[in-house]
Amino acid sequence: MIADLLLAAAILAVAVASILARRTFTAVALFIAYGLLLSLAWVRLSAIDVALTEAAIGAGLSGVLLLGAVRRLASRAEAPANPPPGAAMTVLIGIACACVAAALGAVILLLPEPAPSLAPQVAANLPTTGLGNPVTGVLMSFRALDTLLESAVVLLAVICVWSLTPDGGWGGAPGAAQPILGDGPLLLLARILPPLGIVVAVHILWVGKDAPGGKFQAAAILAAMWLLPWMAGLVAPPRIAARWLRLTVAVGPVVFIAIGLAGAVTEGAFLAYPPGWAMPLILVIEIVLTASIAVALALLVIGPPVPEP
Amino acid sequence: MDWGLLPVLAVMLPVLAMVLALPLGARGAERMTLAVLPIGLALAVGIAVVVQRTGAPIWHQLGHWAPPLGIAFRADGLSAAMLVTTAMVVAATAIFARAEFGTPPGAAERRQAFAFWPLLLAIWAGINLLLVANDLFTLYVGLELLTFAAMPLVCLDGSRATLEAALRYLMFALLGSVLYLLGVALIYGATGTLDIVLLSQRVTGQPAVVLAIAVMTAGLLAKTALLPLHLWLPPAHAGAPAAGSAILSALVIKGSFILVLRLWFGVMAGQPMPGAAQILAGLGAAAILLGSVAALGQARLKLLVAYSTVAQIGYLFLMFPLLAAVPEASEVAARAWTGGVVQAVSHAFAKAAMFLAAGIMAARFGHDRIADIGGAGRAMPVTLLTFGLAGLSLMGVPPSGGFAAKWLLLSAAIGAGQWWWALVILGGGLLTGGYVYRVLAAGLRAGEKSTMAPAPLAWSRDGVALGLALISVVLGFLPLAAFGLLQVGRLDLAP
Repeated sequence: MIADLLLAAAILAVAVASILARRTFTAVALFIAYGLLLSLAWVRLSAIDVALTEAAIGAGLSGVLLLGAVRRLASRAEAPANPPPGAAMTVLIGIACACVAAALGAVILLLPEPAPSLAPQVAANLPTTGLGNPVTGVLMSFRALDTLLESAVVLLAVICVWSLTPDGGWGGAPGAAQPILGDGPLLLLARILPPLGIVVAVHILWVGKDAPGGKFQAAAILAAMWLLPWMAGLVAPPRIAARWLRLTVAVGPVVFIAIGLAGAVTEGAFLAYPPGWAMPLILVIEIVLTASIAVALALLVIGPPVPEP
Repeated sequence: MDWGLLPVLAVMLPVLAMVLALPLGARGAERMTLAVLPIGLALAVGIAVVVQRTGAPIWHQLGHWAPPLGIAFRADGLSAAMLVTTAMVVAATAIFARAEFGTPPGAAERRQAFAFWPLLLAIWAGINLLLVANDLFTLYVGLELLTFAAMPLVCLDGSRATLEAALRYLMFALLGSVLYLLGVALIYGATGTLDIVLLSQRVTGQPAVVLAIAVMTAGLLAKTALLPLHLWLPPAHAGAPAAGSAILSALVIKGSFILVLRLWFGVMAGQPMPGAAQILAGLGAAAILLGSVAALGQARLKLLVAYSTVAQIGYLFLMFPLLAAVPEASEVAARAWTGGVVQAVSHAFAKAAMFLAAGIMAARFGHDRIADIGGAGRAMPVTLLTFGLAGLSLMGVPPSGGFAAKWLLLSAAIGAGQWWWALVILGGGLLTGGYVYRVLAAGLRAGEKSTMAPAPLAWSRDGVALGLALISVVLGFLPLAAFGLLQVGRLDLAP
């Protein structure tokens, strides 16, 4: 109980400090710490799947993206800031925000106790899927449509990032050229970690059917194992015009949609799995999606191609 | 016969096409998009025919899992009308966009051409999902698809000004997403379900649900650009390429608007909120008057059309207090509902036509300063005619679709005893006439021909724009009985 209170206080303190920080680098560092503390909170709430995702995506990949943004901002001239609102406006905004926060706090305390939950229904229906992890059951069977569409959103995000390519860069290798390191901890990590990380990712993907884990977490780790050697200057990313690269990003959602349509034909409902086939089909989707999402996440962090100077 | 798969296919067809567009590349994606357009249109028309014939919404439970555990699709009359509208506007803009974003055989892939086709398909998928999904979280995914496809469309030309406009749009849109998601979490915590039909039965005015609806509405208004949250819209819609502006103004803002309707008259079907509805319509009235006045004062054509969108969005929100004031099953409620939806449909056609016409003129002149478009009437009469016809519908001149919408809203306002909205509708129509006249008068003046680009652009572009404008006018000829379709499946009517 005391540990939980300390954790909650630490989360709030880090969040406030991140907002108040004067330097962008400090703010980003605190934000990463905030993500890690948040994932601890999820662990305390017994939501291990959420904790894994929060740590991998919320703190890890978002952190790398934000650090990259800090580096780019440092090399630019100071942008003209909008004039701050006047004193009366500041007070008004403060009062309005306080009212919204108080109302949210009040209704959360008023929520019914025990909270209405679908957990018993999930548990009752989980055996038909052949899975042991209820979270995977929700993501891949009961609410499989949301997962399918989110995987399409990840692909759309790649198109989004590539559409921001500056003139003259189209078709080339994504991301700014990384400095070649002669020596140092990053180079060492980039050489040692990937084999270990890949094994961990495969493990997390495989246990996802029965225990916390699954494709998003595995894909985030795999993406990191690609990004490390890239940041250390050991590997160059493929050109965005490469057909195999685009196919890899697309194959996961395509397979998912194809299996969904097959369910519509044979079972009469989109994303219905034939009896006895649920588990193997879900495994196929998870494996292919892991590859697609891992490549997509890495491409999102690396960014659009930069024209040769 | 089970028609349940029709709405599923209407969503999955553009999703699959968008995914395939990435490996196919710009030229393959363009050809595939043109190939799936007729299929998507046929699916939408099929849904409309089935809903009209059976007089009941089409249902489909994904994976045979019934809500609240699973997700259901539900296509009602509102969905059907908007699905057909969306398919037609997307098809028209796709044909229009070939001249700008097409890739001739053998040509190298260009950035703009690569991005445009999947973005168009993603917007189509997102809107179709928002129209048929019946689950608040699935609807959130639809909002995400829409936002992440619309934002890059704004800055497709890559200039500094459009990047700034896109970034500002993204800030507003993400604020809207966060507020919406917050509401989803509150509603699940209070009721244990996210299915709109189940919620319409379970919601009894719990404080958590009321607060959730308030923050979600605020977030969706930011995405819909209702005044005072409209600041992002004019630079974004005016800066996008013509085909992009047409899609953004005609369709994208309607996606989040339909979701507001689903919240107020679906989730809260049994809980009318007349006070809040007056505020919403008050903002709408302010948007109509201030947006039209701002349009009158614009020096650039595309900005004028964008401010006209700010104003026309206002009309959509006039239906809220009218529906809240009268019994659900009354004639007045039916008129208000139909009027609001017909406004959304006719504005979609008229505004798409107007932006495409403005794009043709801007391409021909090399600028879009209204003061300097003299000679347009002689050099491109069809384009100016398109602009004028679309303008008639926006003004609400009979017999256009805009007239039908505004007449229904006006008579519903009188019927509900809220005559002040009728004054707003009439005043807005006059102001709209003012800014449309400004453009037509400037275009009909004699001008120097030498300032124009000599080569006429593909005639199909003028044809497409004129077609859209004609549809927005012909909508007014549809017998009002046809709009019985729009009443099918209204959740506030359900026993």
